[in-house]
Amino acid sequence: MSVGTYTERPAAKTGENDWLSVPWSRPRPKRAGVSARLISALTILALLAAWTVSAELRLVSPVFLPSPAAVWAKLVVAARDGFVDATLAQHITASLSRVFAALVVAIVVGVPVGLAIGISKVGRGVFDPLLESLRPIPPLAYLPLIVIWFGIGEPSKILVIAIAMLAPVALSTAAGVRGVSRERIDAARSLGATRGQVVRHVVLPSALPSILTGLRIALGAGWSTLVAAELVAATRGLGFMIQSAAQFLVTDVVMMGILVIATIAFALEFIIRRIEHALVPWTGRQ
Amino acid sequence: MPHLALDKVTVHYDGQPAPAVERVSLDIGKGDFVVLVGRSGCGKTSLLNVAAGLVAPARGQATMAGRPITAPGPDRAVVFQNDALFPWLTARENVAFALRLRGVPADKRARRADELLKLVKLDNAGDKRIWELSGGMRQRVGLARALAAEPEFLLLDEPLGALDALTRERMQTTLLDLWAAAQVGVLMVTHGIEEALVLATRIVVLAPGPGHVVRTFETHFGRRYAAGEPIRAIKADAAFAATRADLTDAIFEGEAA
Ligand SMILES: Nc1ncnc2c1ncn2[C@@H]1O[C@H](COP(=O)(O)OP(=O)(O)O)[C@@H](O)[C@H]1O
Ligand SMILES: [Mg+2]
Repeated sequence: MSVGTYTERPAAKTGENDWLSVPWSRPRPKRAGVSARLISALTILALLAAWTVSAELRLVSPVFLPSPAAVWAKLVVAARDGFVDATLAQHITASLSRVFAALVVAIVVGVPVGLAIGISKVGRGVFDPLLESLRPIPPLAYLPLIVIWFGIGEPSKILVIAIAMLAPVALSTAAGVRGVSRERIDAARSLGATRGQVVRHVVLPSALPSILTGLRIALGAGWSTLVAAELVAATRGLGFMIQSAAQFLVTDVVMMGILVIATIAFALEFIIRRIEHALVPWTGRQ
Repeated sequence: MPHLALDKVTVHYDGQPAPAVERVSLDIGKGDFVVLVGRSGCGKTSLLNVAAGLVAPARGQATMAGRPITAPGPDRAVVFQNDALFPWLTARENVAFALRLRGVPADKRARRADELLKLVKLDNAGDKRIWELSGGMRQRVGLARALAAEPEFLLLDEPLGALDALTRERMQTTLLDLWAAAQVGVLMVTHGIEEALVLATRIVVLAPGPGHVVRTFETHFGRRYAAGEPIRAIKADAAFAATRADLTDAIFEGEAA
């Protein structure tokens, strides 16, 4: 490990550039009324309205596009009586526990790997090409291999998701580590910190904002892998529910499943942002 | 008495055609306040980093009490222009950082940190987060954090460079107070001519291409302040104005050519 390989790089900003949207007007005070959030809400409402109208007027056959009411009815039925031998809550619990187990695996493996990439030439040489070549492979491609190696049990499903999460966690950690300011490290060393202490007391906390961003991206990647993971002999889970429904052309359940996943992913994103705010309140304030 | 010394130090960065600094010697005793001045790029930071053990000289050597300097250490605590404080810690925890590294128990290091915060006149800021502090307050925390390491020498790289003029003037007397109270030797880099005069016991003027010493001034204005003379009276002294003119000449020597 050589602390000498740090380069200074400002941490990536996650916010969008507001000035891009108003390039040729004079700077003006922010109006309280029209926020981005309101626009998002209106967009969703408009989509719902369009969906309702086209379903009610039977512009599209219900097999292809069931009405919002039908989807909602399916949600109620699935929540109460279940679908393919499990209630909606059980499907959700099964999927959530897989995603979170995978997240734990991705953190336990990905953070040290990212640290190694960020602080050592050997680490970068070993892990960077591995991760970069792993990243673009679709989960359905490595799924058979994992089934052959690890069987069809729960570990295989978790592993499929964890592999998809590994690259975002490790690469964000590495970016955070490389972005640690040289002066911070030098100050710590001159106060008597050993290399281990520099990593523990300076590098990791400095990289924390970036690591948390990585976790957020990883969760997104995890959800997109869920359906593939639950192709493997699952009896529960949102991905499994959607596939079962698709086999019988139960389109309303498919749509219901998609909306449930979207809602959960949205809620998790919100929670993680809250955690970020509590855990790294200094980002953007220095 | 331990000395921090640079002996004919040449700094040559990898991949650079010419050395950044060539054959510079400095000797800083424990009660000294040595200030490096000179235009940008003449190697002030490089020399300070050699003394800190953060940059290895290509030729010559840096010694601390006669022993070669090979690594940074708490006997030579560094303070940078951009405070380099840790935003995940409170002001008190920042100050206590060196003590935490040494495994000093939490209550003991908190007490020591509060003493040092008091010394830099930040009595009530212990629980504050770094981003809640002004630039001047941050530099005070940075100085207290360096002093917590119980250094024999303080190495300051433009510590007041990012502050506004008024805050800067207040911080200069704070620096002199700390220097007198902590009984340390100081090596400091600054761009301020008046700042150098107010603080230094010795001013070393560097010129670029590659960085070398053009003149050294022995001054006494800082000691006079430490002995109790008001800073306004010192600055109004004719000797102050005369030295200031000489120093300015030395810095800009050859510039017009
Ligand atoms: N890490 C480095 N790598 C290469 N060149 C450097 C490095 N640090 C400083 N230099 C060069 O060395 C010279 C002296 O720099 P520095 O010591 O920072 O001067 P000063 O602090 O007086 O402005 C400059 O020309 C600068 O570009
Ligand atoms: Mg400099």
